[in-house]
Parts: sequence; structure tokens; C-alpha cells
Amino acid sequence: MSGLSYTAPSTISEAVALLANEAGLAKVMSGGTDLLVQMKIGRLKPSLIVDTKKIPGMIGIREIGGCFVIGAATSGALMGEHAGLVAAWPGVVEATNLIGSTQVQGRASLAGNLCNASPGADSPPAMIAAGAIAVIAGPNGTREVPVEAIVTAPGRTSLGKGEFITEFRLPKKAARSGDAYLRFIPRTEMDIAVVGCGIAVTLDAAGVCVAAKVSLGAVAPTQLVVAGAAAALIGNKLTDAVLAKLDAECQAVCKPINDKRGTIEYRTKVAGVLARRVAAIAFQRAGA
Amino acid sequence: MTYIGNKSDLRVVGTRPDRPDGVDKVTGRAIYGADFRLAGQLVGRILRSPHAHAKIIKIDTSKARALPGVKAVMTAQDMPNITSEESFVGEGPTNFRDQSLNVMARDKVLYEGHAVAAVAAMSPSIAEAALALIEVTYEVLPHVIDVEEAMAPGAPILDETLFTAGVDPKPTTPSNIAKKIILKSGDIDAGFAKADIIAEGRYVTAAVHQAYIEPHACVATIGADGQATVYASSQGHFMIRAFCAKLLGMEISNIRVIPLEIGGGFGGKTIVYLEPVALTLSKMAGKPVKLVMTREEVFRASGPTSGAVVEVKMGAMKDGTIVAAQAVLKYQAGAFPGSPVQPGLMCAFAMYDIPNVHLTGYDVISNRAKVAAYRAPGAPISSYAAEQVVDDLARQLGMDAITIREKNAAKAGTKTVYGVTFPEIGYEAVLAAAKSHAHWKAPLGKNQGRGIATGFWFNIGGESSASVFVNEDGSVSVVSGSPDIGGSRASMAMMAAEVLGIPVANVRPIIGDTASIGFTNVTGGSRVTYATGMATVQATEKVIEQLKQRAAMIWDISPDAVDWKDGQAVPAGANAGGFDPLSLAAIAAKAGKTGGPIGSEVSVNAQGAGPGFGAHICDVEVDRETGQTTILRYTAIQDVGRAIHPSYVEGQIQGGAVQGIGWALNEEYIYDAKGKMDNAGFLDYRVPVASDLPMIEAVLVEVPNTRHPFGVRGVGEVPIVPPMAAIGNAVRDAIGIRMHSLPMSPPKVRKALDSGQG
Ligand SMILES: Cc1cc2nc3c(=O)[nH]c(=O)nc-3n(C[C@H](O)[C@H](O)[C@H](O)COP(=O)(O)OP(=O)(O)OC[C@H]3O[C@@H](n4cnc5c(N)ncnc54)[C@H](O)[C@@H]3O)c2cc1C
Repeated sequence: MSGLSYTAPSTISEAVALLANEAGLAKVMSGGTDLLVQMKIGRLKPSLIVDTKKIPGMIGIREIGGCFVIGAATSGALMGEHAGLVAAWPGVVEATNLIGSTQVQGRASLAGNLCNASPGADSPPAMIAAGAIAVIAGPNGTREVPVEAIVTAPGRTSLGKGEFITEFRLPKKAARSGDAYLRFIPRTEMDIAVVGCGIAVTLDAAGVCVAAKVSLGAVAPTQLVVAGAAAALIGNKLTDAVLAKLDAECQAVCKPINDKRGTIEYRTKVAGVLARRVAAIAFQRAGA
Repeated sequence: MTYIGNKSDLRVVGTRPDRPDGVDKVTGRAIYGADFRLAGQLVGRILRSPHAHAKIIKIDTSKARALPGVKAVMTAQDMPNITSEESFVGEGPTNFRDQSLNVMARDKVLYEGHAVAAVAAMSPSIAEAALALIEVTYEVLPHVIDVEEAMAPGAPILDETLFTAGVDPKPTTPSNIAKKIILKSGDIDAGFAKADIIAEGRYVTAAVHQAYIEPHACVATIGADGQATVYASSQGHFMIRAFCAKLLGMEISNIRVIPLEIGGGFGGKTIVYLEPVALTLSKMAGKPVKLVMTREEVFRASGPTSGAVVEVKMGAMKDGTIVAAQAVLKYQAGAFPGSPVQPGLMCAFAMYDIPNVHLTGYDVISNRAKVAAYRAPGAPISSYAAEQVVDDLARQLGMDAITIREKNAAKAGTKTVYGVTFPEIGYEAVLAAAKSHAHWKAPLGKNQGRGIATGFWFNIGGESSASVFVNEDGSVSVVSGSPDIGGSRASMAMMAAEVLGIPVANVRPIIGDTASIGFTNVTGGSRVTYATGMATVQATEKVIEQLKQRAAMIWDISPDAVDWKDGQAVPAGANAGGFDPLSLAAIAAKAGKTGGPIGSEVSVNAQGAGPGFGAHICDVEVDRETGQTTILRYTAIQDVGRAIHPSYVEGQIQGGAVQGIGWALNEEYIYDAKGKMDNAGFLDYRVPVASDLPMIEAVLVEVPNTRHPFGVRGVGEVPIVPPMAAIGNAVRDAIGIRMHSLPMSPPKVRKALDSGQG
């Protein structure tokens, strides 16, 4: 029955100091939809909770010169209501909006989804495919890293003591580009991805892919960036042969586990299936 | 009296008024088990076994007792060590000793989650801390989870004193097979010899939980004089009283059980888990104790229904006549004997008139939570196999799947394999309704398939009590002893209103506690609208007799000269005199002067419940790349006798179909190598969510059961019998491969598509 303190500072530097100086386990809280559940089942016993939602900028979406800055604690619901963001990065928004239910959407954030560091999280593959950057505040100032550099293992991140994510930046959407995300779950909602796949592509005027990024979730300890899959797309239109190559490249990198949610064999096959389906949507959104 | 007559004569029965318990439920005012509290109540918590199978060497509770704020710590040593005795409390036979050992393990734990000790403390955190301070020394034993492994020679034996019943000569070595049952009719070998074609299959089902939304919960309090009160949500407060009395060695008259609102049971709340523990703790602490299970505890420690292996073989002649049917059923019972294998045997082929039938059943214990009743216990499992084999017969013959069923349909006069001859039943009417339904002929697209399956459930009657009172203003109270899990309060009020000839809004139905109404069996077996309804109707008729007498007194004529019509007393004819009608309110107002309050209680042991039959048609689409099955369209047709409140009858049918869809596609108990349940939560135990489902169309066929005043048959259980086979048949139709195990989850279907074998 050790104590638990809760605090909601109003500045980034205050939050950093609180996190850095706590002797016990300090946890950042955004929506709390992972954190509180883990505390309830006894998996986490923090001594300090630092709620970031009172810090200006942590909630909200700003468009700056075509780039989008999304406060780290912004809820999925707010993202889904932002017409500009939905138009530019539909894949990122649909991935985020898949999280939980209407109630969970009112709270769940990108930062929490990423830093919970679950292999099956929905938004990270879409964020990675989109080339999203995480802005991190900490005792030594601010740093910016690509989203794929945050999660290092299930439940672990590269954030140091006293560090937390303040915002995400999505690049200016290129002409003739499109992104998409799909996950596979046995039901239609309220489930955790057996496989997730995010793809962003840019085409030239002739419809040939000139840039691509492919990311898979739930098939390895962390989200994967599948360079071979991107290479299969670049320089090509989405022919059956290209789709087959994409499928094979995605299957080749999968290192999933056998568990109650899916077998190695099944997850690997479905990764290829999803990649084909996601690529088709991304190409279509890019104007193919 | 019967009111079956012409349906259009009925004014209340068959209409859809708002349910009397509805507003409280949707506004949150209803008091469910976990909502109830008593002043000064303590928080109870139960320590559960981390092992699937182990000897309890020692339990040291001293540290927990010493923790400030802990008011009681108990183990099985604080409960009487009762002897083996068969019990018929609840739904289906159990044994009081097994119940006691299930409530609290004594020498051995038999499954992960088995209760070993309990505490009562001032706060949840103190109670949790106290649990952590209880030291249990276990000697871990080898465990067995799978039903066929449990049956195999050399399997870890759960109970050294258990010898298979039903085999001759009596075995000399203990076994996990508690019982072997054989049911037969005709000559099975001769039957198969006559058959032109044979279809057969081995089918495996997973253990599935009732998954009621409300976890088990109770508050118990016992005074220094031994007078106990238990507040609990359950399917039978008289059941709780009986079990607590027996398990704790108490007098029934010293226990009063007050029913709270129930958030689903489906059979799973027809036995006790918490109440004897809460009473024991309350006695030790001298304070009320509240116990509420977590969802995890519900999954690990309360009853799912059996997983099973079912082998079915059937033979038919070229014209579609089924001449032989054989099945072997191996049902998991969980840690103690008592799987629903017997009803599984009885229901497997009950829809058909088959001359030669041979059924063998095994009741098998293993290191799983003890099974509890779940809607039509046993029947969905055997029907899942049998109805797919019937589908295979039809396919081999090139015959329509409804036609083959019509050809072999049971009807009035058909003698079942278990010896009963059916009275008037609606199976043929159900098949006819299915055949003429637009769904049966609707076009299908690519990767889509359609299946049909049918199902049977006995429905039962039994002991029920109801009382009807006329209040001073002429309004009416109906009290019954049946917990309302499916809208029964609405049905009781409607039947009383119909008989009295008054608006249903003038009737307030409530559920009486064990001290304020006569004994009533559990709400289970689809018996309440039938049996408690019968008691309600009879009590209402007695009230009408009294009302007529009072009117006769007021008019000073003979009671025979008074009729009851449209909610009023009227003179029986011209000779009776020219009196103005007397309303219920007018008679009630004068009740004091005519002999006192008006009311009547009736207790019945209702016989003659009407068998129920249903047919479900299902369309699916299978994603051949992911193996995912989507239910596109679902029609459930059922003979309901007569629907008192059609919305709740449809609701029962829809709910049964939905639970069946979960059973078919995703629900399963998953165990790890150590015999621990790996998915004890709603994230990985996947019941269907709303977006998984199409609107389930319920089609009510009404073939009245003449033994009930309104023609009621039970309706709550039949609808969970056909879904698994209907979906299995639809998947077979869609992908050309017969799936042989449940759930038909996406990885399994994809694997079948890749290998060509299901
Ligand atoms: C019913 C239900 C359904 C769900 N369904 C899904 C689903 O479909 N898909 C899915 O991916 N997830 C799902 N989740 C999980 C969860 O909702 C998501 O991961 C959500 O995005 C977490 O965000 P949050 O803001 O609530 O995180 P929190 O609970 O606030 O935080 C989660 C973790 O991230 C850390 N953290 C939070 N903010 C920061 C920050 N700014 N910087 C650094 N670390 C931080 C916390 O310390 C904690 O470790 C579900 C959860 C529930 C309860």
C-alpha cells in the first residue's frame, strides 16, 4: 500500500523536473487508457503520475505551412474531426480512430499509443509510413526523432529519465501522395491487431511510384520498416507482379510469436495480404 | 381455464408494452448485485489457486490475520466437511460435497482459480494485502485439460475415489470418466445395413462461457442469533438458500435471501460460488461482508459449459429416409462430475423420427473450472455435430436441406430415444416457415454460403409460486418467486392483466424474497413463463372468484349469478338482476366491508411443458485470404407456443443466436502449457460485438401448448442450439470444406483453405 501521487503541471519544464526528480517510478499520463488499465491489473505500480494534458500545446492540432503539428496528448476523436488532417493523412487518422471504442477515442492519444510500446498498437505503423517525427522534451532540452526510433522492445522506449513526447510532426503532403492503414482483427472492433500495416506512397504524373514507406505492426517485437517492400513499389505501378513481390517482402521480414491472438504462420501470411490491400488504397488515394 | 382460443380475442397478451423494469435499467437506478451495500459492510476477497492441479500441504493465515484492518480469514476448515450427497438444487443434478469443495478447496486444488482462502477487511487495499500474506504450500501435480487426454489410460487422476459409473462390471481403478451413458432404440447395425448412404464426422467444440455482463456478487450478514440474510443476484434465491443451508449446516428458516436485479445468467447463476463464503466470513467478523468477482475470476472460477468431442454417423436411404443414427459424446465436466452430456444425448437427434439410434456419452472431469448450465445445456454441442452430418446426407443425396428434415421430422406421436412420446409440437410448422421464408431462396454472391440447422429443447415446468393482490385503489400487485432474467415480470403482469381484463399498466409485478413467497425453482430450463405463469394465472383466477363473491355480496345475489367481464363484475344474465357493473376499483374500495383484503397465492408443480423447436438460416461470406467469416444475414425461426410479449421472445431468440455466433466463430477457453487459462478477459475471449452482427430476424411460429392457459412454450434455450451447425453448414457451402472444430476462427479457416482440410 505504497502511496501514489498525481500531478498535472502546466509547463513542459515543470513536467520534466517532476519526472526527472522522482525517486520511484514516474509515469507520464496522456489519456490514461493504457496506464490506468495496467495499474488496475497490478502490472504497473507508479509512485507518481504526471498528467500532461494541462500543458498548453499537448492537446490540439496546428497546420504550419502544410505540415501538421499534433499535440502528444491529442485524442483520436479530435484528430478524426480535423478536416485538414483527414484530407492530408487519412491513413494516420484512420489508424488512430481504430483504437478502442467511441469512449476510448475521447481519451486515447498518439503518444500513449506509441509509448505503451505494444507491438500491436495501431497508430505507429501509419505514423512511421507517413514519416512522422516525435518531438521530445527532457532535462537536456528538446530533440526530434523519427517515430520508428521510439520503441525499442515490447514495453520499452528509447526515452530517457525525465523525457516525454510533446508533439508529433507530419510532413507536408507531397503532390500525388496517399497513405493508408489496415489491421486484421478477428472481430470488427474492440480488439488488438493480429497484424497492422501502414503504407504511404508518392506517384509521378504517369502513376509510377517514386517514393514509398511500408511499416508492419504486430509481426515483430517492434513495428517494422520494410525497406524491401518499399523497394518493390518504387519505380512501379501496382501490377499483380508488384503486389506479389510486396506480399513476399512483407512476409519475409515477419518475426511474429505464436500466441492466443495468432500463429506465426497465420500472422506472416496475413501481413502479406494486408500489405497488398493497403497498397491498393494508398495508390488510389495518390490518384493512381 | 384456457385462454388459448382465438388470438385476436386477447387484448394484452401478444402486445408490446414497455417493460416494468425498463426505466430503472436504462437510467441506472436498478440495484444489481455489486450495487448493493449495507452499513458497516466489509470487503471480501478470495485467494485462488495459481496451479491447475496440486495438493494443499499447508495454509498459513497467521500473517494475514495479524494485518490491521483484517476482520476475518477463512479456509475450507471453517466450513463443515460434508459427505457426498446428490443434489437437485439448481439446474441439473450435482453433489453437495462437490459444491462445497468447489466453493472452497479442502485438500486439493483442481483448477487454476480454485478458491483456497478468503478474507474480509476494512478496505479493498487491506483485503488485497491480506491475500498476499496468506502462505499456501502446494505440491504441484501433473494436470490434464483435454477431454480425450483425461480419458486416456495413464492420465493424471483428479479424484482417486471416482470410478466410472454405468459400466459393468464395476471398475476397480479410478478414472476421470465419471459416468458412461448409453441410450438406444431399434437395432443400429440393422439400420446401417439398410442405409444406401452414410455420412459421418468427428467434431470438436471448445469450452465457452455464458459471459453474462454482471459478475457474481453478494452481500451476506449473519447475526449473533444465527439469523442470516443474503442479498444476491442469481437465477434463484431459493437455490442460494438451499445451498447455503446445506453447505454451512444451517436451518433453511434461518436464511433469508433477497434477490437483486440480475445482469444476465444464461444458466451460469444456478449454483453458488460466493454466498457460503460471504456468510462464513460474516459470521467470523460479526459484520456484513460483500464479495464481488472480477471478470477474470468469472472466467477462471465460474462455470463455462463443456468443450467436447462428438462423433456422429448417420445412414439414409436414397429417398432421404434416415434409418440409423449413432453418436459418441465426450463432454468435459470441469473439475467435478456433472457435464450436460445426458441432455446432449437426448437432444442430438430429437428433431427426427429415426428407427435405429445408438448414443454413448461420457462425463469426464479434468483440471478446468466446474461447468455450469448454459442455455439448453448440452444440446448445442451434440446438435452442432449432428446437424452438420444431416447436411452432409442432404449433399450426398442432392436433396434440399429443409426437405430432408421434413422427410424425417418428429411430430405428435413420435417416440424419442429417451422414451417420451411427443405431444403436439411445431417442428414441421417451423420447417415450413423456413422453406417459405424469402431468405431461403435469396441469391448469394462469390465466397458466400448458406446453411440451415435445427434444434430442440425440452423446456420444463416445476415448482413455482405467485401471489396476486388487489390494492385499495383497484391496482394489482403480482409477486412471484422467479428472478427475472428475460422479461418475466412483464409477462406475469400481462397474463394477470389479460385474465383480469384490465390494462397492464394497472399491474405491478415484483419478485418476492425467500421469506415472502412460496418456494420457487430457479429461473432456468425455460420454465418461468410456463410454470410461474401458470401459478400467476391460477392466482389471478382465484382473485376473480373473490371479486365475484364480493360483488355478489354488494348486490346481495348469489356468486353464481355474477360474471367477470372486461375488468368488471356484471350480473350473469337478466335473471341475476339489473345492476350496474362494478369495477375492480369499486370492489376494492369496499373490500374492508365485504370481508377484508383481496388476494391469493398459488404454488404449483407444473407438468406438461411444451417441447420447443427452431430452425436457423445463416448466410456467411468468407474472406479466403484472412479466413475471416462475416455473418451477412441471419433468420431464426422458432415455435414459441404463444408469445406473451413478442419483443422479449424475439429478444431471447436474437440473444441465443448471437451467443451461438460467438461460440461458432471466436469464443474459446485457451490454456497454456501449465494448465492456466490464457484469455480470462473480454479482450481475448471474444464475444461478438454489435458491429460483428447483422440484424437477427426472429420469426415466431405459434403452435400453442395446450397445457398452459395461454399456450406458452419455453423460448429461451432453443435459440442457442442451431447456430453453430447453421454457421458450420454455411461455411461449408461458402468454401467447399467442412470445418470440424470450434471456433471457426480466422487462423483455422485460413489453414483449412491452404490445406484443403477443415
Ligand atoms: C477498451 C480499450 C480498447 C483499446 N483498443 C485499442 C486498439 O484497438 N488499438 C490500439 O492500438 N490500442 C488500443 N487500446 C490501448 C490504448 O487505448 C491506446 O494505446 C491509446 O492510444 C493509449 O493512449 P493514452 O493517451 O490513453 O495513453 P496512456 O495510458 O496515457 O499512456 C500509455 C503509455 O504511454 C506513456 N505516455 C503517455 N503519454 C506520453 C508522452 N507524452 N510521452 C511519453 N510517454 C507517454 C505512459 O506513461 C504509458 O506508459 C485500447 C484500450 C482500451 C482500454
